Amino acid sequence: MAIVLLLAPLLTGFVRKVKARVLRRQGPSLIQPYRDLVRLMRKEVVLAESASWLFRVIPYVIFATTWVAASLVPTFGAGLLFSWSADLIAIIALLGSARFFLALAGLDVGTSFGGIGSSREVMIASLAEPAMIMIVFTLALIAGSTQLSTIASFMLSSAVGLRVSLGLALIALIMVAIAENARIPVDNPATHLELTMVHEAMVLEYSGRHLALIELSASLKLLLYLSLLACLFVPWGLAAPGASAIALLTGALAYTGKLAVGGILLALFETSIAKMRVFRVPEFLGAALMLGLLATLLLFVSRSL
Amino acid sequence: MIVFALSGAGVLLLLGPVAVVIGKRKNANAVLYGVCCAVSLVLLVCAATHLLGRAPAATLRLPLGLPWVGSHLRLDALSAFFLIVVNVGAAAASLFAIGYGTHESAPMRVLPFYPAFLGAMNLVCLADDAFSFLITWEFMSLTSWALVMAHHHVPENVRAGYVYLVMASLGTLVLLLTFGLLAGPDGAYSFAQIRLSRPSPALAALVLCLALVGTGSKAGLVPLHAWLPLAHPAAPSHVSALMSGVMTKIAVYGFIRIVFELAGDASWWWSTIVLALAGITCVLGVLYALMQHDLKRLLAYHTVENIGIIFIGLGLALAFKAFGLAWAAALAFTAALLHVFNHCLFKSLLFFGAGAVLTATGERDMEHLGGLIHRMPQTAFAFLIGCVAISALPPLNGFVSEWLIFQAILLSPQLPSWGLKFLVPAVGALLALSAALAAACFVKAFGITFLGRARSSVVATAPEADGFSLGAMFGFAALCFVAGILPGLFIDALAPAVHDLIGDHMPVQRSVAWLAIVPIAQSRSSYDGLLLFVFMIISAWLAAIAIHRLASDKLRRAPAWDCGYPDASTIGQYTASSFAQPIRRVFGTVLFRAREEVDMPPPGSPSPARLTVVLRDPVWEGLYLPLAAAVTLASERLNRLQFLTIRQFLTLVFAALVMLLLVLALWP
Amino acid sequence: MHSLSFDVAHLLAGSLVLVSFMQLYQDRLYALLNIFALHALILALSVAWQAYIQSAPHLFITALIALVFKAIVIPLALHRIIVRLGIHREIEKVVGVGTAMLLGMALVALSMVVMLRVTTEADPLAREDLAFALSVVLLGLLMMVTRRNAVSQVVGFMSLENGLVLAATGAKGMPLVVEISIAFSILIAFIVIGIFLFRIRERFDTVDVQAIDSYRGERL
Repeated sequence: MAIVLLLAPLLTGFVRKVKARVLRRQGPSLIQPYRDLVRLMRKEVVLAESASWLFRVIPYVIFATTWVAASLVPTFGAGLLFSWSADLIAIIALLGSARFFLALAGLDVGTSFGGIGSSREVMIASLAEPAMIMIVFTLALIAGSTQLSTIASFMLSSAVGLRVSLGLALIALIMVAIAENARIPVDNPATHLELTMVHEAMVLEYSGRHLALIELSASLKLLLYLSLLACLFVPWGLAAPGASAIALLTGALAYTGKLAVGGILLALFETSIAKMRVFRVPEFLGAALMLGLLATLLLFVSRSL
Repeated sequence: MIVFALSGAGVLLLLGPVAVVIGKRKNANAVLYGVCCAVSLVLLVCAATHLLGRAPAATLRLPLGLPWVGSHLRLDALSAFFLIVVNVGAAAASLFAIGYGTHESAPMRVLPFYPAFLGAMNLVCLADDAFSFLITWEFMSLTSWALVMAHHHVPENVRAGYVYLVMASLGTLVLLLTFGLLAGPDGAYSFAQIRLSRPSPALAALVLCLALVGTGSKAGLVPLHAWLPLAHPAAPSHVSALMSGVMTKIAVYGFIRIVFELAGDASWWWSTIVLALAGITCVLGVLYALMQHDLKRLLAYHTVENIGIIFIGLGLALAFKAFGLAWAAALAFTAALLHVFNHCLFKSLLFFGAGAVLTATGERDMEHLGGLIHRMPQTAFAFLIGCVAISALPPLNGFVSEWLIFQAILLSPQLPSWGLKFLVPAVGALLALSAALAAACFVKAFGITFLGRARSSVVATAPEADGFSLGAMFGFAALCFVAGILPGLFIDALAPAVHDLIGDHMPVQRSVAWLAIVPIAQSRSSYDGLLLFVFMIISAWLAAIAIHRLASDKLRRAPAWDCGYPDASTIGQYTASSFAQPIRRVFGTVLFRAREEVDMPPPGSPSPARLTVVLRDPVWEGLYLPLAAAVTLASERLNRLQFLTIRQFLTLVFAALVMLLLVLALWP
Repeated sequence: MHSLSFDVAHLLAGSLVLVSFMQLYQDRLYALLNIFALHALILALSVAWQAYIQSAPHLFITALIALVFKAIVIPLALHRIIVRLGIHREIEKVVGVGTAMLLGMALVALSMVVMLRVTTEADPLAREDLAFALSVVLLGLLMMVTRRNAVSQVVGFMSLENGLVLAATGAKGMPLVVEISIAFSILIAFIVIGIFLFRIRERFDTVDVQAIDSYRGERL
């Protein structure tokens, strides 16, 4: 649990650094997100006059749900302690809770920017979440369980083979991960123009320690999705449950390597593509939903696909 | 036990006339609703004892009704479960009404019918022969119609009542045909006799279709749902809660009784019809709900979506049962029954909240509300719990039943039929889509009504709801929470009902470690609501401690930043229609032919621009209007029969007589 | 059943279906041509893989033909035609992307049902490849039906033919002679279409089929 919390800002910093380097800039230092969080914690909170008690509680709720979800994803070892308490569907639903409350926060102050963010966010979610569930179905039908540790162990074993539905699920998961983490081409994490905001618009009125919690939750979510991609589709190096210390160490190194590669790929992708206009996003996510549905359909129809 | 239940229901029925007598007195409202609440609680305890004690089915025969049939009553596990659902809803609604009813403008139109409504619903669950069932069913419809018409001076209520009456009569007629078919030519109307008879597959198929129309119209399956969003909002709020949360479940009970028990062995293709209709109902229901800005109408349309979810579970159970996979059928069926219970809880809670808002502000239209969380904090909190529960978010109860249905869908590749192999993934996608859209719908409902700034002046003087209403709301919120973190208890309680109808039940959850639930096997999947909740509390607490220690705790109130464009007037914030606009544009342009027309004033003129959103209901325009037009046309043609001469009337009678004699002569 | 050769064959066939979907999603002409080149490339890879696992060297030649002509020559030629004719580079659609995707899904489901029910005794690898190939054919047809631009209809026709080649190679029987004759006829058809496009453009200043339709004359 603590590992994901410590690594998340580093990952965000790494992605920003690579993006800057690709654009021939120096870029902020790798530990800048940590410094940002500390700075935000020290500042006073400026609360809008129309904000309610819910506005102040929501950052804690978002942080709690995202942290619990991130802790349930295997990072370097497949046998997590309480992994049986929540399966992949529950993890998605936890992220859904976080998004529900964030959308409420956007509406709380009663400004038009918050409304823009919340309405667009629920539109994106209404297609991203079904796509994610279809991906979960695909994985569960192949591995025989919705439990993440079981799926990870299954992917490690040789019984998997190179399946079409897995390929489709991989592409769909990448598309959903981009949408959920508010990355280009769906949303720009570095913008403050209302035409292009979704996530940033919802958190516009937050400041100080509340904003620190929300930024940390966003980094945790990115880490969660990269870990998910790593443990599901690139599981080599994942320590089997009950492995030795050496295996765990290898697993940890492999995990850090996978995160680094994932970060580099994300940064390259973000710098090479332009942001889509808002109403192209449903087509993009609709394509992800179709891919997930196709993958599930193929698995229903034939066991070897 | 059955005698207790019967007498409880009888007391409720008798309270109706009593209410007519004492209704004008000062405390009549509180006394009457209090007695209803008490009797409902007694009935609840009765039913719970029967279900949890796993008592065998008890029957009773009363010499009322038709002379050669009598009136059979039976209390088995399924009836006990549905009695629990009815009475938990009734108790809470009565409690709510003790406070809410004091604001009722026409109490004499509500008080006599309300206890009769409760009594009728209880008796439908107990009925064990076709006549008792139909009589109590119709009585339920009529009393609820009277309650819908309570505020008859509002013209849209009159229209709602008319549509409701037509649909209810249609439903009862179809159910009459169903029972007629099941009883056969010998007139064996009691359910015990029907259970022993084995209808032919063709007859059973016909019974399924008729049952689907008859009970589906009461439950709210698309395309028979049209009365629901008209009638449910029109009634007083505690009655709306009962109609949405409980009466639709009585329809589900009717469907289960007829299709799972009385119609004999199911064929697998029955499930295709049920699943297809249920999937469409799910998505259409929630999309309709997203387009609404009337709070109660939004909740009513959302009931349609939840009925779709329940029928998805029932369809899967039918499919599994037909192919002999009883353990999988038990999972799907348990999920459906659990959702019946959960929906009753959170939908009633939401209607209570809407009722409290209506009493406090006089407004149902979300476009005139906003910022109510400051004026009605406790109502807002309870409503929030309801919203989180209905959006299927952990750790509350809505998530548990949806999770179980997803697990049942994941078992479906074992079904050998090709049609199902394509239908089930599609239905799964529709279910996932409707779950995501439901969350969007309730962000809108809660956010626009309670959050933000006030959009009109009614908010400024809104009082908090009274103690009884708050008590009912918090009671249900607590129940939602308990059902979410301890779902194993409820699944175990349902096992006898599931076993009776499916022949198998889910593994016993009491013995699972850490109070998790395991639908099939530990290695496959499990969910631990309690542990998840504990983790969330620990994380939040750790975060709070860390913040408290390390961060500054200063706080200052200031005007909203709003990107540097402070907006003093409140019309700049998002409204319900604008919140739904992206979704309306993505989904609504095709389904509802949603169009936005902007009427801009000429440049230089200070008059406001106008935005009109035009939506067209495809089911109403595609099915109901043509049907109504056809009926009107036919009746106009037939009207000519009124104006015949005496000679022509005599000819008609003569022709009918000759025809009958011919039939008698030629019939082999 | 899960041997690597089966899986790779399925993966390539599935990728062909995926790229057909991507073709449906495009709304710019140059992007569509690039995706079509990718389509032909994956076809070439798939045929080459079939040649490898079936030990049928003549299929390597088929793969080479597909690669050279369909992945390189034809997209380049179409690119030049578009530049020379000055064709409007946005593709007008008859139905929206979402509806086209849903129809595409339904067509894939249909082809799976048909193929897997009709060929119950055949080799499983061939059955599923045939199902994918039929999907590609149907998706190519869908593209032709739902696009207003003549060039995109040509691309749909080409991808349909790609599906037929996939079917033929998967079913373990495609003599080289047949392949050469098919390729030749496609080439001729392509040249004819190109000539007609030039003439139509000269005459009517547009290749938008909808606009040309209005010149059809009196309707009874």
